[in-house]
Amino acid sequence: MIDLSSPTIWLVIILLGVGTLGLRYSFLGLIGDRELPEWVLRHLRYTGVGVLPALIAPLVIWPEATDGALDPARLTAAAATLAVGIWSKNALLSIICGGAVLFGMLALSW
Amino acid sequence: MLGSKHYWEGFRAGAPFLLVVIPFGMLFGVVGTEAGLDLAQVMGFSVLVIAGAAQFTAVQLMTEQAPVIVVLASALAVNLRMAMYSAAMAPHLGTRPIWQKALAAYFMVDQTFAVSSQRFEATPPLTSGQKFSFFMGSVSPVCLPWYGATWFGAVVGTRIPPEFALDFAIPITFLALIGPALRTPAHVAAAATAVICALFFASLPFSLGTIVAASVAILVGARVELWQTRRTEA
Repeated sequence: MIDLSSPTIWLVIILLGVGTLGLRYSFLGLIGDRELPEWVLRHLRYTGVGVLPALIAPLVIWPEATDGALDPARLTAAAATLAVGIWSKNALLSIICGGAVLFGMLALSW
Repeated sequence: MLGSKHYWEGFRAGAPFLLVVIPFGMLFGVVGTEAGLDLAQVMGFSVLVIAGAAQFTAVQLMTEQAPVIVVLASALAVNLRMAMYSAAMAPHLGTRPIWQKALAAYFMVDQTFAVSSQRFEATPPLTSGQKFSFFMGSVSPVCLPWYGATWFGAVVGTRIPPEFALDFAIPITFLALIGPALRTPAHVAAAATAVICALFFASLPFSLGTIVAASVAILVGARVELWQTRRTEA
């Protein structure tokens, strides 16, 4: 349970909100329409494929739900989602296939 | 803008994420309520912060009685990627009026960024106004249901059984975004580097491992692209 007073919780919410908006607005607001050098753009092209895998790799290998133990169901579902995404280029289809594999594997293990 | 062809193109690109935004938003409502937040505070998180991973990080650390400064630093570190997204969007939306840039900044989340940056790099090219329409189109099915789902989860409040494996909603969403983005060997190299480094640096405090891994991955992606261009030019 959270032990903080209500004003402290609101302080966390508001500072986190302001800080997050600041991060989101930072470059968009500061750079505006000035042309960015090619080497900057070259790095920016890889933000998505750099950040998203870094965020989820530990969650896939060490899921919280199993207290960090490698889980065949989650691992297979992750591989299926990625494979369908690469093959079909379709995010929705990937999510549906990944979910189906996850629930299928979990059902098998009950 | 609303109702334009590009708005609906963006809407269709964002629509699949409804499938994960709704359960994930509900999960935050449930988890926040169970952690002792009242309805206004739970909604405060989803409306003012509007960043799922950071919201969960903050609530998790508050329940562990972490100092406020650690709660803020960790949750903001999780959101550092937003600054990278912001920089990546600057060439596309930087010429828009301030209110539009502020609106786009507020709604800059993983899914809206991923589908928009993918479309903005593709053909046929869009004007900056059309790009803004597309972006707001992708926002509608991704960000707006987030509020409602959080509220529903907080009010319904019953514990979602662990058999539903909702913990894995986020990894599956992100993987579904990564697959279609692996367009070139440079993208593949960046993603592979991100995975290896994230696992290697996982024990760093305050989610710093994610930031380190992403930075290395971006350097590797840019470097591989440079090698490839040189090889084709040579």
